[in-house]
Amino acid sequence: MRRLALPALLVAAIVLLALAAPLLGLTDPVRQDVARRLASPSATNLLGRDEFGRDVLSRLIWGARTSLVVAFASATIACLLGTLLGLCAAWFRGIGGILALGSTDIILCFPPVLLALLVVTLLGPGAFTLILVLSVLFVPGFARVTYGEVLLVRALDYVEAARAMGSSTPRILLRTVLPNVAGPILVQLSLAVAAAIVLESGLSFLGLGVVPPSPSWGLMIRGARTTLEQAPLLLVWPCAALTLTILAMNLLCDALRDVADPRSAAALFSKRS
Amino acid sequence: MDFVLRRVATAAVLVCIVASIVFLAIHLVPGDPAEILLSAGGAAPDAATVAELRDRLGLNLPLQTQYANFLIGVVHGDLGTSLVDDYPVLDEITLRLPRTLELIAAGTLLAIAVALPAGTWAGLHRDGGFDRIASGVAAFVLAIPVFVVGTLLVLLLAQTLHLMPAGGYVAFAKAPGQHLLLLALPAVVIAKGLAAVLFRMTRSAVLDVSQRDYVRTARAKGLRPFNVLLWHVLRNALSPVLTVLGLHMGALLGGTVLVEYVFNWPGLSTPLLRAVESRDYPMVVGIVLVVSTLFLMINLITDLLRAALDPRIRAA
Repeated sequence: MRRLALPALLVAAIVLLALAAPLLGLTDPVRQDVARRLASPSATNLLGRDEFGRDVLSRLIWGARTSLVVAFASATIACLLGTLLGLCAAWFRGIGGILALGSTDIILCFPPVLLALLVVTLLGPGAFTLILVLSVLFVPGFARVTYGEVLLVRALDYVEAARAMGSSTPRILLRTVLPNVAGPILVQLSLAVAAAIVLESGLSFLGLGVVPPSPSWGLMIRGARTTLEQAPLLLVWPCAALTLTILAMNLLCDALRDVADPRSAAALFSKRS
Repeated sequence: MDFVLRRVATAAVLVCIVASIVFLAIHLVPGDPAEILLSAGGAAPDAATVAELRDRLGLNLPLQTQYANFLIGVVHGDLGTSLVDDYPVLDEITLRLPRTLELIAAGTLLAIAVALPAGTWAGLHRDGGFDRIASGVAAFVLAIPVFVVGTLLVLLLAQTLHLMPAGGYVAFAKAPGQHLLLLALPAVVIAKGLAAVLFRMTRSAVLDVSQRDYVRTARAKGLRPFNVLLWHVLRNALSPVLTVLGLHMGALLGGTVLVEYVFNWPGLSTPLLRAVESRDYPMVVGIVLVVSTLFLMINLITDLLRAALDPRIRAA
């Protein structure tokens, strides 16, 4: 449990900062001031201004909002869809469920970035397209994990007991089965959020994700590339923010996995005692 | 033999499904795809241009005819022509695919060359100094996106220290030395994620296998430690490592798009990104189809390699 504290705190801090962005009294992240383009840091602009004279610190914090909204929205949608699919497929075990589960696997035949680019070609870039394509990409992961876990749980005595007590099927699924498979699904959720941040920033970096002038770390790195010689620091800030966020998410994933996986928890326990 | 046939057949079916999905994608879009492809920035395109594009993409034909035409085209190696300059999509791909493949091969070999020895060493000396440092480095390397590493390396090595060229490409036949120099940075950047994943997997597999009874037996019967490592530990540890290698290739192929962009490497990424920007549908479909097929082929090869190493997989 102690290993969980530090990464959880880090992630919570980043999320809080992003949530509090409107309350911090920051300069408007999209307001341009071309006369002061690439201005060095000062008391009013702690990290200076970018190639259009926009405040870098403000864009950095508002950029966290963009990244996290896209990442959490797509991971949550994928989690709901995938979990429902896996749950139903494993519980009812009909041919329909197996087919639905198998068909989500087809998504795994495509390299993720390429599938995203195909959808962007069709729908045009933007935050909505990103959320749509990222949720589709993560559904198979959730469906697989839930399916496997529910198959193990459905035969256990307490599920049988709930059935014998006359609980309705939805009640058994939601109140008995789901809480007992929640651990691995939570791990999968944290993995999906981390992967979504990476993909969102990558596509925005290529100019095919979030549409300018919205603040986004990927777009900031893309913009800083053009002024690499005059203002190398402009590149460093968003890179650091992105890496720190992903590192915190990854550490949280690892810690969650250790807590959720009974085998490694047992190993930990036996080592200590 | 039976196993090989079954795996090849599965891969063939998957390629067909991928082709069908890619074909269907444009029909899944709500509304008239031609109109959506032409509408840039909310401005409505004029009717004549839309009708022309519909005709061009064959969208006026019945769906099954379109599908049949598409499949016949793919089998004949005809992937259509670019909407922007009428250049055949396949010609563009055959020109640029070898350069992308070179990058992928260089990155993969580099990752294996670094990760396998490092992972084995860390697994055999768990919680030692090297294990701690290497595991920390792997966690950090995994957290930095490829385009961030690429851009920062350009800033550091090319812009600030002037040690390396910032990017570009020279044909190997023209200047072999310069070619390899330009290949080095993008290959390292592509290799980094794969190397970190392979390191972690090798470490845990070696850790797991080296505690098994059969390894103790091999040691007890007096085999040389090196032989135990090679024939008992590594041979068994390699199977999960290969699985992870295959699985990670999808991320690697996607990463290649970003890395080629950062280093101006003229592989498939350049026409792909240009096509996505100008919404040149046939070009995007052609490249996605070819790269996804490549991905499935790589997975097929890793599966066959695993089976060659591990008789239990062949029997299953």
